[in-house]
Amino acid sequence: MRNTQRTEKIAFSLLFLATLIVVAPVVLILLVIIVNGIQAVSLEFIFGMPRDGMRAGGIFPAIVGTVYLMLGTAFFSIPFGIMAAIYLNEYAERNKLTRAIELAIVNLAGVPSIVYGLFGLSLFVNFLGFGVSLLAGSLTLSIMTLPVIITATREALSTVPKSFREASLSLGASKWQTIRHIVLPNAIPGILTGTILGLSRAAGETAPILFTVAAFYLPRLPVSVYDQAMTLPYHIYVLSTQVPNVSPKIQYGTILVLVGMIFILNIIASVIRAKFRSRKTW
Amino acid sequence: MVNSKIKVENLNIYYSDREAVRNLNIEIAENEILGIIGPSNSGKTSFLKTLNRLNDLQDGFRYDGKILLDGKDVYKEIDIQLLRKRVGIVFALPLPLPLSIFDNIAYGPKMHGMKNKAKLVQIVEKSLTAAALFDEVKDRLHTSAFKLSGGQQQRLCIARTLAVEPEVILYDEPCSGLDPISTAKVEDAMRALKKDYTQILVTNNVKQSARVSDKTAFFLMGEMVELSETAQLFTTPKDKRTEDYITGRFG
Repeated sequence: MRNTQRTEKIAFSLLFLATLIVVAPVVLILLVIIVNGIQAVSLEFIFGMPRDGMRAGGIFPAIVGTVYLMLGTAFFSIPFGIMAAIYLNEYAERNKLTRAIELAIVNLAGVPSIVYGLFGLSLFVNFLGFGVSLLAGSLTLSIMTLPVIITATREALSTVPKSFREASLSLGASKWQTIRHIVLPNAIPGILTGTILGLSRAAGETAPILFTVAAFYLPRLPVSVYDQAMTLPYHIYVLSTQVPNVSPKIQYGTILVLVGMIFILNIIASVIRAKFRSRKTW
Repeated sequence: MVNSKIKVENLNIYYSDREAVRNLNIEIAENEILGIIGPSNSGKTSFLKTLNRLNDLQDGFRYDGKILLDGKDVYKEIDIQLLRKRVGIVFALPLPLPLSIFDNIAYGPKMHGMKNKAKLVQIVEKSLTAAALFDEVKDRLHTSAFKLSGGQQQRLCIARTLAVEPEVILYDEPCSGLDPISTAKVEDAMRALKKDYTQILVTNNVKQSARVSDKTAFFLMGEMVELSETAQLFTTPKDKRTEDYITGRFG
């Protein structure tokens, strides 16, 4: 009896310790960023233009660039991702071709991001002639985000019970009517959550935008989809490796803004999920 | 003999390599209630779900033979959505759609193109009344259908099926999850519907078939062993196996 109690204690302590070790780096990173960055963040820092070779002033162009890039990525990846997922989950027959497509999507998710960057450079920037631009960058990030959106959407669609579909079809509704009126409304929260998380991951990527959109420094904001743009992740890279004598305060401040933006996106995703879950009736 | 509403000729049903129904021939007259009894895995539900082609959703489903509805082949001569509108089904477990009570009933007519709001209200009221549910839910038509009790949900499903104005209603063990009082209400609804609809009732409950059906068929291992007037089948069955089953010697 005492023996089981002892093993119980040891097991508990080990598991708890493991959890602590896993959580600790995240907490530490956040702490370091917040402590070092918070002083730099001010209205002037967020809404001002960079000055003195980016050693002072604000990071407004990088914030705007990242927001534009996210909007562009959402514009391309959300409709295509969701439509492809609906096709694969609801319409496609289970055959070799479907399985090959599914395998391709899974593998797409595992491709290193620098490969997406080079792919975007050769296809969108050079071959299609979009140049280094918001358009090319959005398309590159879209391709990278698609597998995440497709997988999340398919999972959301699969959680809608098969019996709902059967009941709808048994009343003589068509397949599309069933999807449109029964399946999608119940899958929307899952789709939104997965999509936002996919986009938030894309927001922090550097490699895919390195050759396709990122500008070292721009004195003005982008005005067209063919313009280059400064972005937060690339700006962080520039500040920490390319520009000498940047005060760490500004570096940490920039990081804090990027992490903050991603954090906000994730919060939005959680709120949406919680809100829909409380409304769910089954 | 009255007109036969459904006529089945030499029907075989397979799932991949497994044979579920073998060489079935049956005619169901208009306004008749046909009870189908038999142990599990005897092909009752497979037969039922073939009548409105819900079996199409099943992987590996194959059939041969003919199913005629008013003389038309349901697989070749009738549009599938129209067929499912004409041949409604009530499932074993109540399966409301994740919508309000009102929208559950209005869903079918809406999908078939009904837009007139006043007409929809009328249909909902009429269908709920026919399924003996209206009085219990008239004050909360816009609350979720999942808040109803099991028996109410099942009557809601019947009302939902009625709302698309079918000609035939299939029941797949509709009372398997219900208490005796709810069961009695569902059975009352079936009897009341008899004057307008042809009904087929698959049931594990032998006595239920005795209570509501005009004719009863006994299925065993994919074959129809016997089809007789209900009174006759339960008093003087022709086949020894039918007698064994209804007296509870197996199954």
